[in-house]
Amino acid sequence: MDELTQGMPLVVFLIIGTIAVASSILVVAMRNPVHSALFLLLTFLCVAVLFVIREAEFVAAVQVLVYAGGIMVLFLFVVMLINVRHLPEERVMSRFWKGGFAVGLGIFILFAALVRPGVYHDPNPNTKELRTVRTYRMRNVRQADGTVIRKRVARPRVVGNSEAVGMMLYRDYLVPFEVISLFLLVAMIGAIIIGKRELSADEEETTPAFILERTETEREVKESFSA
Amino acid sequence: MTTLAAITNPWMHYLIWPVVKFSIAFIIVQGIVAAMNWIERRLLGLFQARLGPNRVGSEIGIPWGLGQIIADPVKFLLKEDIVPSSSEKVAYYLGPILPLVPAFIVFCLIPFGPPPTFAVTSNVNVGLLLILAMTSTVVYGIILGGWASNNKYSLMGGLRSAAQMVSYEVPFGLSIVGVLMLAGSLELEEIIRYQERNAWMFIPQIVACFIFIVAMNAENNRTPFDLPEAESELVAGYHTEYSAMKFAFYMLSEYSMMVVNCCLIVSLFFGGWTLAMGGFGLTTAVLKGWGLLGGLLGTLIFVTKVMTFMLVYIWTRATFPRFRFDQLMDLGWKFLIPLALANIFVTGIVVLAGGEWLLSVFGVAVIVAVVVFMMRKPEKVSRKVMHASPVSEA
Amino acid sequence: MTWSDTVFLLPEIILTLGASALLFVPLIGERGAGRSAKWWTLVILGITAASVIVSSNAVVGMTQTATFAAMFALDSFAIFFKLLFLFAIAMVVLMSEDFLRESRYSPWEYYSLLAFALCGMMFMVSGVHLISIYVGLELMSLSSYILAGYYKNEQKSTEAAMKYFILGAVSSAILLYGISLIYGVCGSLNLADIDRAMSTMITNDALMVGIMLLGAGLCFKIAAVPFHVWTPDVYEGAPTPITAFLSTASKAAAFSIFARIFYSGLHHFQLDWSSVLATVSALSMIVGNLAAITQNNLKRMLAYSSIAHAGYALLGIISLNAMGIRGVLLYTLVYVLANLGIWAVILMLRRHEYAGEQVDDFDGLYRRAPFWAFAMVVFLLSLGGIPPTAGFIGKYFLFAAAVQSGFGWLAIIAVLMSAVSMFYYLRIVVAMYLKEGAAAEVSASGSLRFVAAVCLAATLFLGVLPRPLIDQVTYSSRRLLVRALQADGGR
Repeated sequence: MDELTQGMPLVVFLIIGTIAVASSILVVAMRNPVHSALFLLLTFLCVAVLFVIREAEFVAAVQVLVYAGGIMVLFLFVVMLINVRHLPEERVMSRFWKGGFAVGLGIFILFAALVRPGVYHDPNPNTKELRTVRTYRMRNVRQADGTVIRKRVARPRVVGNSEAVGMMLYRDYLVPFEVISLFLLVAMIGAIIIGKRELSADEEETTPAFILERTETEREVKESFSA
Repeated sequence: MTTLAAITNPWMHYLIWPVVKFSIAFIIVQGIVAAMNWIERRLLGLFQARLGPNRVGSEIGIPWGLGQIIADPVKFLLKEDIVPSSSEKVAYYLGPILPLVPAFIVFCLIPFGPPPTFAVTSNVNVGLLLILAMTSTVVYGIILGGWASNNKYSLMGGLRSAAQMVSYEVPFGLSIVGVLMLAGSLELEEIIRYQERNAWMFIPQIVACFIFIVAMNAENNRTPFDLPEAESELVAGYHTEYSAMKFAFYMLSEYSMMVVNCCLIVSLFFGGWTLAMGGFGLTTAVLKGWGLLGGLLGTLIFVTKVMTFMLVYIWTRATFPRFRFDQLMDLGWKFLIPLALANIFVTGIVVLAGGEWLLSVFGVAVIVAVVVFMMRKPEKVSRKVMHASPVSEA
Repeated sequence: MTWSDTVFLLPEIILTLGASALLFVPLIGERGAGRSAKWWTLVILGITAASVIVSSNAVVGMTQTATFAAMFALDSFAIFFKLLFLFAIAMVVLMSEDFLRESRYSPWEYYSLLAFALCGMMFMVSGVHLISIYVGLELMSLSSYILAGYYKNEQKSTEAAMKYFILGAVSSAILLYGISLIYGVCGSLNLADIDRAMSTMITNDALMVGIMLLGAGLCFKIAAVPFHVWTPDVYEGAPTPITAFLSTASKAAAFSIFARIFYSGLHHFQLDWSSVLATVSALSMIVGNLAAITQNNLKRMLAYSSIAHAGYALLGIISLNAMGIRGVLLYTLVYVLANLGIWAVILMLRRHEYAGEQVDDFDGLYRRAPFWAFAMVVFLLSLGGIPPTAGFIGKYFLFAAAVQSGFGWLAIIAVLMSAVSMFYYLRIVVAMYLKEGAAAEVSASGSLRFVAAVCLAATLFLGVLPRPLIDQVTYSSRRLLVRALQADGGR
């Protein structure tokens, strides 16, 4: 936490953090879903800046690329497709807001009380050891006797955090990573199953399979006539 | 010593130099954008066997209609700015401005010339990723503008743009992965240095280059992917309700993004500021040896390459008919993405096995095949038919 | 990590490929309207089972069981549960045939999702790292959410899926909060590292809250009170074969990770968490059994009964001793057997095209199908824990474990509540044997008969001759136990 408590980073942190919190509150407070989505976008961007302050450029860039560039665009797409014209006139708050607020406050206080200095192991993510990565390359190597052979050479070097993240993800966390890809596949299958509309009898006549079958039957009928 | 002190002074280092560098880059780019307006119209004219704007400025001695470059902005500034009364005001004003921000930020990250003097304004070790992230947010302006106009054609344009951007972001990003695997870095500078040492990336990554060019066209909403502003279907798409300077802002961001994409393609696939392959030719080291002159020469090379690809944009626009929307989606999801994945897969295996040269052989073969195919004797087309006009017939 | 390490993952790899292949079969021109889907799935499950055995034999010679950066272990505990899951899923596949034929839903995606759920279960039971356990759990849960809503034209099924999904997502969030707090305190997510870190640690708030949140998330998955509210609605709304899946395989998977995390990761703080879990266990037994009495819908009744059974199985985790872990494994097995049998019999009954879900559908079953009525009695007795059936062995181990570790009061509640549970189990028996009526007809297809017969045979056999199973369970739980007992001896 040292670099956060002094100088420029602290100032930037305070400004951006305030904007992030304020805009995330506005996300739920806005009545128009498009405005909510835009404030969510702002929150994502601010969080990306916070990542940069912590020297996690890779995560910051991915945050913008994935959340701002991909997910929020889809969000907006859906919101606009539905195109809510008649916004609720009153009762912006849910009936249960008091209870929800109390629970949220309780959890906040709980976690705030738990996270004290000294309780946590906080390994600095940017230490040299964590950023040292061995890459293997085929290189021409001069042997002691002067001959040159080609072999795999390890090159330990301190790298930027994108490479460190890559090594972590595809080497240490390989199994969970692959399981998550299965997870996404299942999510896709599920979305298709749930979203797929069953065709009525009329519509079924327009499916390619049906048309193909019909044309085949027609051809057979024609052939039988000509024969 | 004094100069060194001046350079290493933190204020100079963090504030003055970046601003100077950025301003120069900005001026160059905006110059290109302004010129593009005229170049595009002239070239389209020539492609379609007509003249294009060639008069403006001739009264005061400016040749070839170059006065158009000044006349267009002046026209935009002076026109009446019509704001639809039923529009969502904040979003309506934000719409044209938003896409300019990422477009300009990206210019800080592009290495226009050999380092250190002419290199990027801000060297980030995830540079390429940040550029991708920034370009992916350009679509907000279009979506927002389309929605805020409160016009169904605008909305349709915005929606189309959103779907198109999200779809083509994927092959766009995936096509770069192969390049990264070969170069082993996310820094554009490193990628360019790899290219001057080995081969320009379009040779080993010919497939990625093709996908990149197609996806780049789609990301920019340029013909044949200009469905968000398809005039025959949606009036003018997302900018139907925009006029005067706001409309000009949309144009500005579109052309800025074109320049950005051309810069990307030049640095990723065509050797950036160098004219060297396999370590021979105008490498970075050679350019550095010539001092300031070399730096300027490198920048000139870079800009020339960028302009070449800008012309490719126009060529594409003049040549291809527009896609239908389902064709657009099919091309993206069913062709480009599988192709990009296959490219990553093959590149990964080849890099792992240490046989990068195989990719270059394949690339050369493809290029030769394409060239041979294009050099075939064309079918006879009667010139008379091509230039037939009732006047000359009579 | 080398190429030879893939042998650890062989079953999962085969299953993943198979599950994906199921999606492609209809594309390459299968013309039987999915009638062959069942056989494809069974073949894939069979190959996977064979590969579990092959890879476990291959692993025997290796020095360490965990691999892939200590993320994934193929120990005897995992192998026991993997085979159990494979069995349960195979039975569910056999049960699903009629349901799929009647509704016009595509069988391929259905079986594929079941296979993916199985894949998630296999990953989570092999996980020795909280992240790999978590992602496996999520893979299983997501597949279950979709399967619960597979009757998408029926409001009840959609509602069930929606409730299950939202509550499941919340519980996952709670689980993650817990995991992150534990990570914060211990500096690692690997169960062995957590164990090591905790051995030198005194109690602190953050750790306690972390363990509690982790436990709460897991309690949701096993449906223990007070995290049980989703169970009756989901069990009732989901298609019956899927209810069978949720109440057997899915639950067994949750128990497996519960046992693994608490036995090999968190056992140093047993004194702290056991009292809380004991309360949860007691509440589950009391609320589950008492609520089950009032139910007329059999699916809801079994849902409450499964809540109660979660309470029983928790006894084995709370007691943290040799009897306890063996009890968890045994009990999971006999519970899965009995429940699968009951669901198979329920699926045999139908009234106006619907499966026999009401208790009075069983009226006079003895007259119409004496054998299946008998089978049902055996399954119910097994759930109740009456001696000649396998259920008795399971309960015996659990109750003995609780007494051994000083939770006598909990054992007393458990025995009392078992007596209460007999009340509603016998209600079904009474309906079958003493009442008249033929509201529902019996239409047992071959695969349903097969499922019920297999479960019946196993339940009776294990009840009479439990020795081989107990030996197997002792062997399978050894590794988990070693660590817990070592720590116990050190204290």
